[in-house]
Amino acid sequence: MGAAFDEMFGHGGYPERVDPQAVRPAYAQVAAWLAASSQELLETRRRQAELFFRRIGITFAVYGDPDADERLIPFDIIPRIISAEEWAVVEEGLKQRVAALNAFCADVYGAREILRAGVLPEDLVFANPQFCLHQLGFRPAGGVWVHIAGIDLVRTGPGEFLVLEDNARTPSGVSYMLENREVMLRLVPELITGETDEGGVRPVETYPEQLYATLRSVAPPGCRGEPTVALLTPGLHNSAYYEHSFLADKMGVELVEGSDLFVHDDVLYMRTTAGPARVDVLYRRVDDAFLDPLVFRPDSLLGIPGLVRACHAGNLTLANAIGTGIADDKAIYSYMPEIVRFYTGRDPILPNVPTWRCREPEALAEVLDRLPELVVKEVDGSGGYGMLVGPHATAAEVEAFRAKLRADPAKFIAQPTLALSTCPTLTDAGIAPRHVDLRPFILTGAHGVTVIPGGLTRVAMREGSLVVNSSQGGGTKDTWVLGPGTDARASS
Amino acid sequence: MAGGADGHGAAVRLLIDHRTVYRYEGPASAIVQVLRLTPRPGDSQAILRWRVDVEADGAIKPFTDAHGNLAHMFYADAPLAELAIHVEGEVLTTDRAGIVGAGEELVPLGVYLRSTPLTTPDAALAAFARTIQHESPLSQAHMLMESIHRRMAFDPDVTHPATDAATAFRLGRGVCQDLSQVMVTAARLLGIPARYVSGHYAAPDHPEQEAAHAWAELHLPGLGWVAFDPTHGICAGEGHVRVAVGLDSLDAAPVRGTRRGGGAERLSVQVHGRAAPAAPPADGAEPDLFAGQEQQEQRQ
Amino acid sequence: MLSRNAANLYWLGRYVERADYLCRLLDATIRLAALPATHGGAGTAWEAAILSASAAEAFASTGRRMTDTEVSRFLAVDPANPSSIRCCLERARTNARALRTALTAETWEAINAAWLEVQRFGTSVGETLTLMRLVETVKQSLLAFDGAAHRNQLREPTYWFMRLGTSIERADNTARLLDQKYHILLPRTEPVGGSLDYFQWTTILRTVSALTAYRWVYRDAVKPWLVADLLILRKAMPRSLAACYEDAVFYLDRLALDRGRQGPANRLAVAGLKRLEAETIDTLFQRGLHEFLLQFIADNNALGDAIAEQHLF
Repeated sequence: MGAAFDEMFGHGGYPERVDPQAVRPAYAQVAAWLAASSQELLETRRRQAELFFRRIGITFAVYGDPDADERLIPFDIIPRIISAEEWAVVEEGLKQRVAALNAFCADVYGAREILRAGVLPEDLVFANPQFCLHQLGFRPAGGVWVHIAGIDLVRTGPGEFLVLEDNARTPSGVSYMLENREVMLRLVPELITGETDEGGVRPVETYPEQLYATLRSVAPPGCRGEPTVALLTPGLHNSAYYEHSFLADKMGVELVEGSDLFVHDDVLYMRTTAGPARVDVLYRRVDDAFLDPLVFRPDSLLGIPGLVRACHAGNLTLANAIGTGIADDKAIYSYMPEIVRFYTGRDPILPNVPTWRCREPEALAEVLDRLPELVVKEVDGSGGYGMLVGPHATAAEVEAFRAKLRADPAKFIAQPTLALSTCPTLTDAGIAPRHVDLRPFILTGAHGVTVIPGGLTRVAMREGSLVVNSSQGGGTKDTWVLGPGTDARASS
Repeated sequence: MAGGADGHGAAVRLLIDHRTVYRYEGPASAIVQVLRLTPRPGDSQAILRWRVDVEADGAIKPFTDAHGNLAHMFYADAPLAELAIHVEGEVLTTDRAGIVGAGEELVPLGVYLRSTPLTTPDAALAAFARTIQHESPLSQAHMLMESIHRRMAFDPDVTHPATDAATAFRLGRGVCQDLSQVMVTAARLLGIPARYVSGHYAAPDHPEQEAAHAWAELHLPGLGWVAFDPTHGICAGEGHVRVAVGLDSLDAAPVRGTRRGGGAERLSVQVHGRAAPAAPPADGAEPDLFAGQEQQEQRQ
Repeated sequence: MLSRNAANLYWLGRYVERADYLCRLLDATIRLAALPATHGGAGTAWEAAILSASAAEAFASTGRRMTDTEVSRFLAVDPANPSSIRCCLERARTNARALRTALTAETWEAINAAWLEVQRFGTSVGETLTLMRLVETVKQSLLAFDGAAHRNQLREPTYWFMRLGTSIERADNTARLLDQKYHILLPRTEPVGGSLDYFQWTTILRTVSALTAYRWVYRDAVKPWLVADLLILRKAMPRSLAACYEDAVFYLDRLALDRGRQGPANRLAVAGLKRLEAETIDTLFQRGLHEFLLQFIADNNALGDAIAEQHLF
């Protein structure tokens, strides 16, 4: 694995001092700012940002709790910037990807043409716990299954964005995207509002409005008049509660828990001081398994008995629909290029990370051959368990894994160890490269697909680390998508 | 009664009269129930008449569930201290050696190979399943049923409605639900799509038999779904009225409900089910066919 | 509004008010206890404080001795006393957290700050100076909370439910305080001025921050029946029962107007207010102060229940 591509310097390496002339064009203005700012000034800005988050930001709901510090995710003040030309490709690719995810859901729960065509093995779908048989034959309002998607991208070169993972269930992190921008507007307003040859920074703050419009557009057939939207949270103790309350607040909709809701006569109501109030669209941030104790886990205390019936009776739209987990499943992921081709008739604009399916004999042979250089993952594992990172493993570990792989190859997929791009990041030792990924958010309503120009850039704060997860010391950055002209900024 | 081959005899008329009463310690509110109590007509059963009465005020909405079962949602209007559900009907059955026959299948077969929390095998159950081998899947299925019938004793006191297959198998005893769930689990391990069936059973020679019953259906090449009753060690025949199918007992439960408050639940079931002569009386005079008993069961 | 949120707001108002009352009670007790024993003295002052906090049974069940340290710890920071300042703030904050989106950032921050402040003191307050600092700090935070709510919250059900909780709790506190002391308010215990009772009366007034108000209203020496008059019937006095009920009626009317329906809670509150308006301090003493207060506390509880039922908490 050679030196990673850097978002600001390309393959040029890190200079002693930032030279605004020697950076990729999108970064010219930020480079000038960095060149003109002392380490002390930058550190002051970082502290100000932290204060902001502590005061009214991310920790709003938890400030003062014993575990608040854990939840204060490090924020880096140097933005990650994507040029207009780069974004144009990413945006098209995301639209195509999300269209395929939606088409796939509609198909596997409907006509199952993709299975009849033999594009992917049936048992990968049918035996998959994410395949929700209660959704068979269901047609959600507007034909939309995945209303809110978060697609994790990594970059390995100037024009090489790859999809690492699809999130089609209840993707989180959008509040960080919004708050990061808010804090940057306070810290370095002149950089954001300025206009360069590369254009201005496109706004993301309209996300709550667009989300609201998306949700309203998929009102169920049983809805009369203006749809009532509510946001369902598992409650205060959920780690994403802040985001749930933040979004409900910005959309001006009720933030509800299971106990606030009930279904009567196949209609969902919330308990209000003025009696039951009908709910037409529920943006749920609760996993499928906990939604309805009459259909899924009978022990769920978060769920609402009859919720699934309310959907099927055409009186309620859930966003995202139940069962979308089949589309972002790890076992399905490796087939996404074929899935995209099947539904869109075109090659994927954003390729997958190359993936060997060990269930296939030739793939297995190659994986066994190159094991020390690959990352091998369990299909249904998560959180890094049951995973082999070849380059970081001892010979003995590799051999032990080889035996596991031979014993049950269908359980594993393998990928090359990627050189994720780096982005300049403020560290105690000055500005240094740190690996980043990107999670843009895509909304799909009855009237089309909207890609939010920005997203959540996660950064591995430890030197050399490729792990960007917040649970393992990952931080975030503001993500700037540059756009042409002032028209894109009309609203701000 | 043993074996599944009584021959494709004449049709038998079964009368079902089943009343379940839920009594709560105090009034239970927000009662919502899924009722899978209505049989579909099929090759082995013609439904002459059928009624489901929920003896309380509320909204009742019919729907077809994922497995194609005829189901109803019941939403009680007000808190209840007692809820009675009365099912009554008349079915003409024929013995087809357990063969269910073609019906509209919404769920792809592959789904019936999936395990659920109630049908997840442990090592012992898996080891047992692997001992059942035969080149003919039909023979293999019969071997499996007979083996479970021999190994597991009927015992209403050791398991409860939430007992999973592995636990029941370890105990070596249980009720029809447990034996059927063990069979479903084992069949899936052998690569045979399998599902759980809830319904009614009335043996001509045992009129006082518990009418609510459960068995298993296995999908066999060339035959389609075939019904095996491991409790009796027979293929389902003229005594079986098939009501609902599912991945496990929860999925096919005749009544699956939730409520708030109400304390402990006391369930009392009055059942009547028996066979009657196939030919309806010419003058319409009904002989008194009901023989009933009351069972009491304590539940959490 | 979600019923759960309405309940949270109502209880937020109640717990904040209870914490505030306890602060003022401790404040007044510290002063009373500082007097020589002939004028009140430490032992009886703290015993009276426990009674005024309606916590006598709870304290007795701890088996601890009735000393200033033990009582002040119990009332201020004991996590095992569900009615301690610490626990009231904890519950107020939990209520506020659950309905975060209904509160302005400043209102939330004020209650959160009050909670953080009390946390800093741990679970024992040691010397009187520390207790005084705690009381002062919490009082300031709660003033900030009220101020933030008053200045910035939209005048809509959110605000009304919170204020309604304040009114009901306030009425309950004042009534209980008076009932604990009713025997010294009776006209017969007279020798005016300089007596032991004088300090008891002023302590009552201090507990509801009304000593100065008393002088402005009556321009007279502190007389027990006037203390009762001020705290029961004077609408100008914000912690009087009459003022609390005037507020409760106002907020219940707003809620009824907003919803287009009224119910038993509205009727109970109006009836309660009318009873207070029809009363004079003389007739009240004639019929028995203690009986009056007991009835008031019961009626006030019934009103609380009716509010919960009517708004489907």
